[in-house]
Amino acid sequence: MAATDTKEPTRRDFLYIATGSFAAVGAAATLWPFIDQMNPDASVRALAAIEVDLAPLEEGQSITVNWRGNPVFVRYRTGAEIEEAKAVPIDELRDPFARNPALPEDAPANDVNRVIEGKEQYLIQIGVCTHLGCVPIGESGDFDGWFCPCHGSHYDTAGRIRKGPAPENLPIPPYEYITDSKVRIG
Amino acid sequence: MSGHSTFQPKNAAVKWLDQRLPIISLMTEHAMDFPTPKNLNYWWTFGGILMLCLVLQIITGIVLVMHYTPHTDLAFRSVEQIMRDVNYGWLLRYMHANGASFFFIAVYIHIFRGLYYGSYKAPREVLWILGVIILLVMMATAFMGYVLPWGQMSFWGAKVITNLFSAVPFVGDSIVTWLWGGFSVDNPTLQRFFSLHYLLPFVLAGIVVLHVWALHVPGNNNPTGVDVKSGADTVPFHPYYTIKDGFAIMVFLAVYALFVFYLPNYLGHPINYEVADPLKTPSHIVPEWYFLPFYAILRSIPDKLLGVVAMFGSILVLVIVPWLDTSKVRSASYRPIYRQFFWLLAIDCVVLGIVGAKPPEGMWLIIGRIATAYYFVHFLVILPLVGLMERPRPLPSSISESVLGKKKHDAQAQAAE
Repeated sequence: MAATDTKEPTRRDFLYIATGSFAAVGAAATLWPFIDQMNPDASVRALAAIEVDLAPLEEGQSITVNWRGNPVFVRYRTGAEIEEAKAVPIDELRDPFARNPALPEDAPANDVNRVIEGKEQYLIQIGVCTHLGCVPIGESGDFDGWFCPCHGSHYDTAGRIRKGPAPENLPIPPYEYITDSKVRIG
Repeated sequence: MSGHSTFQPKNAAVKWLDQRLPIISLMTEHAMDFPTPKNLNYWWTFGGILMLCLVLQIITGIVLVMHYTPHTDLAFRSVEQIMRDVNYGWLLRYMHANGASFFFIAVYIHIFRGLYYGSYKAPREVLWILGVIILLVMMATAFMGYVLPWGQMSFWGAKVITNLFSAVPFVGDSIVTWLWGGFSVDNPTLQRFFSLHYLLPFVLAGIVVLHVWALHVPGNNNPTGVDVKSGADTVPFHPYYTIKDGFAIMVFLAVYALFVFYLPNYLGHPINYEVADPLKTPSHIVPEWYFLPFYAILRSIPDKLLGVVAMFGSILVLVIVPWLDTSKVRSASYRPIYRQFFWLLAIDCVVLGIVGAKPPEGMWLIIGRIATAYYFVHFLVILPLVGLMERPRPLPSSISESVLGKKKHDAQAQAAE
């Protein structure tokens, strides 16, 4: 058995490792379709944009629309609510970032960064608690915004997390105004 | 302990088969003649009860699938159809739903029996770890099964539990989207849960075979924790324990039938008879009773990631229990201090269960935090320290002596000589 006497790798060692690597790469490549099939399919991805007409909303009213299976809160905020949100200093916030895809990631969570400038009365945000995904209840909680009944997270009138286990502010969906009173979400 | 079978087939056909596939001698050796400690009490009957539970769930599940439709538009209605239109559908569904609860009652008793009598200690560590894996697979199966009726609690339970994975740093959100097959719990989620809920019980059956295999290498532990020393310590499994297990199964089934026929919805939640609404969370969501202690641990920690880590950690800590327990004595019957801590742990788990059902506010939050801390202190601090400090009571020299008393045992041994 010359192969076991020498420390030099033999042709057989090379073939052994090469065959093993080839089989491992092949197995991994074959595995991928079986994993990726669980990701959102084309029909789910196609439902990515909706239009919402804001004209019927009056001050102090909210509607909830369904976007990609999730609720989106659209609220026409009262002047008092906007003032309340603006009065909060940034360093008092649990999550200092705006969570607005239209802005850089490190944009501070001041009130204007949570809405579109000039349209500050309309707060549009994804109504999914950033803790474990329940839908918070509007116009409630210790900060006059939203309160999540599942595990007790309180959000303020700009949808920012103030108290409870949720780690982040309610996320803002990507959206834009297509007319003066109509937005497209997604 | 295996290989003691004296099975000699007499029937020619059996002999012919056994020479080609020794299945009959295998079954005779492991299910009939298997030498079993003669002092096993009724806490040891839960292994057999659990096997029955798995078989019951598989049979009722297979027939329910003949009537159930895994689609968000039809799932809730098909379940109602099972309840109202399908012949005996109400019975089959109530058997399956309450069967899950009774499966967990039995498995928790089985686990606490192992903790009390030190059944996890050498040489049974692999047997114990296989048990923990069975518990984890059972929990996954039960969770996915509860989603299938597509009621409000099904939906929001699924949403909260799958969202646990969003706590994973960096890739959390991608994992959750992958689990859902969308941007929320929806039809793709329901269909994959159905597929896996059908698969996992058979995976369980496979792990149970390994569990029994690992049991039959060292043989059963017993209430004294003393090893089997001679044939005088054991009796054949059949008829002694087939009858004992059979009696326990009858009692267990009687209680189960009480629930199936008279309290079929007692362990469920009325709100799950309301169809799932993705835009409205019920005001008070709780998991099924068997998940409440773990849910309490999750909620008692104010940080999202740490809460999830603690919840999974509370199960995974069981894996290392064989190495955390430093005592050489197995049975708590001979460990006066450990025995008290054992009961404290049992009370602690009940307290966690109660806290898990309450809103996380005020007193309940504080009690939940204390109970969570105590749970981990028990395993990580008390278990290693008690083993080092405690002075165990003297052990009987054999199982036979503990059963017959020392005098009788000696007399019998003399007579045998």
